[in-house]
Amino acid sequence: MTNKYDAIIIGAGMSGLAAGIRLAMYDKKVVILEKHSIAGGLNSYYARRIKASKEIINFDVGLHALTNFANKGERRRPFTKLLKQLRIPYDDFKLKEQTFSLIKFKSAALKFSNDFELMRSEIATVFPQQVDQFDKLVNYLVEYNETDLKATYISTRSVLETYLSDDLLKEMIIAPLLIYGSAWEEDMDFSQFVIMFKSIYLEGFSRPVGGVRTIIELLIDKYQSVGGELRFKAPVSQIKADTHVKGVYLADGEFLESQKIFSSAGLPETFSLLNEAESLKSDIGKMSFTESIIVTQNKQAIQNYKATIVFYNESDKYLYRKPDTLIDTSSAVFCLPDNYELENKDGNGTARITYMANYDLWKKLSKAEYLAQKENVYHQANKLTQKILGQKVDCIFKDVFSPTTIERYTGHFSGTVYGATKKTRDGQTSIPGLYIIGTDQGFLGIVGSMLSGISMSNLYGLMES
Amino acid sequence: MSSEEVKKYVLDIIADVAPDEELDGLKASESLRDQLDLDSMDFLDIVMELRKRHKVEVPSEDYGQLATLNSCVEYLTPKFA
Repeated sequence: MTNKYDAIIIGAGMSGLAAGIRLAMYDKKVVILEKHSIAGGLNSYYARRIKASKEIINFDVGLHALTNFANKGERRRPFTKLLKQLRIPYDDFKLKEQTFSLIKFKSAALKFSNDFELMRSEIATVFPQQVDQFDKLVNYLVEYNETDLKATYISTRSVLETYLSDDLLKEMIIAPLLIYGSAWEEDMDFSQFVIMFKSIYLEGFSRPVGGVRTIIELLIDKYQSVGGELRFKAPVSQIKADTHVKGVYLADGEFLESQKIFSSAGLPETFSLLNEAESLKSDIGKMSFTESIIVTQNKQAIQNYKATIVFYNESDKYLYRKPDTLIDTSSAVFCLPDNYELENKDGNGTARITYMANYDLWKKLSKAEYLAQKENVYHQANKLTQKILGQKVDCIFKDVFSPTTIERYTGHFSGTVYGATKKTRDGQTSIPGLYIIGTDQGFLGIVGSMLSGISMSNLYGLMES
Repeated sequence: MSSEEVKKYVLDIIADVAPDEELDGLKASESLRDQLDLDSMDFLDIVMELRKRHKVEVPSEDYGQLATLNSCVEYLTPKFA
């Protein structure tokens, strides 16, 4: 039979491609099923023509930053492990480091960069009474085993409480980590906090030249070079299982047989393919976002600002929760991807502005209201851009994604970006042979997703055979 | 198969699994993990490469036998025969 596989992978995002590489590398017959015509999932890209200059620009979806920066040859770093496992040379990622990033609250600001000493010295200056306790916290985090697959939920805020007494500092430390990865409102699972703290503050941000497309193309090339099969426009309509998985039905009715299925669709989304969605509805995450892209010819204004990412908050209390309004403009992530490569003065400049958003309210809008509200999001984002940069910038191209855009392109229920509030740390489900990879397995970010695909395929695809 | 050949096969695999490591000064009687930046994922790769290249199976309960270069050779040579 030709449509029988050693493993089927649902979704050609970061975790699916990484899992596919591992399995195909060791001669497993594997197919990745992707419902779209482009790979990447939550971290993908699209191209648009700029009317004013007639040039075509690729825009990243998702990626503000590749976390877990490591220098070439640096040992025992997640990014280095990942390269070894995928057998992709470091230089192929063409990483450019951030200048620095900024956590900007009403009454204080803290800079951090890929050199952790900057953050520490900023804290020593702004919060002198807290720096000793901060050092103790960091020592505790460094020793913590955050990738323990048996870990259960621990509140991050309750742990921070035992180390730091200054509320503002606690808010400022947790804010970037919440908005860059928490599926939970207000708080996050402590092991995820540790993963994020290390990947963002201790290791840092970089971006590949060419953006996320560079990573996706590297992964696809590698996957195909080791003999993996990749099908685009191949949505799975049903997972067939009784006491064990049997295979999947594609939307066009074709059946693909396998005893092992690795799904990156998300936990509730995967169970809906088994017609068991009801039992997991309460686990669907509440956090969704809008993202505005503003392209300007005034790249100078962006580069003069120097910071790569600004975590902006108008007050001293950080509210990370689904807003009661379409968007919450009291905080934002403001990303300037051009500032990964300050030496490159050519071309246009781009600003990307993320707001927390309410999926249900976006979903209810009529077509006309929807377009008007997207325009409003752009205006808010543009205002913030001018406020942060301290000058007016022309806009030659703009685009806005909403929670419903995310839902449409990723298939994630309610337009979630960080998945469900229930994670399956060991990747197992109630059905033997069905494994969860990606965000809902509980590792975060692009590097985390790839490591999720690698570790789950190692555990259930290679060791158990 | 001589033990020298088995040793060469193992070193070839380590060189591919951990391309940034310097293997020239490796001490055959000391722990590979202590001398090289190898973690459990890398040991899995060594086992997978033995299977792929030489059809040699190492069951998971025997992973400990791969601790040093000498113990690798001692354990694997009969399997290559």
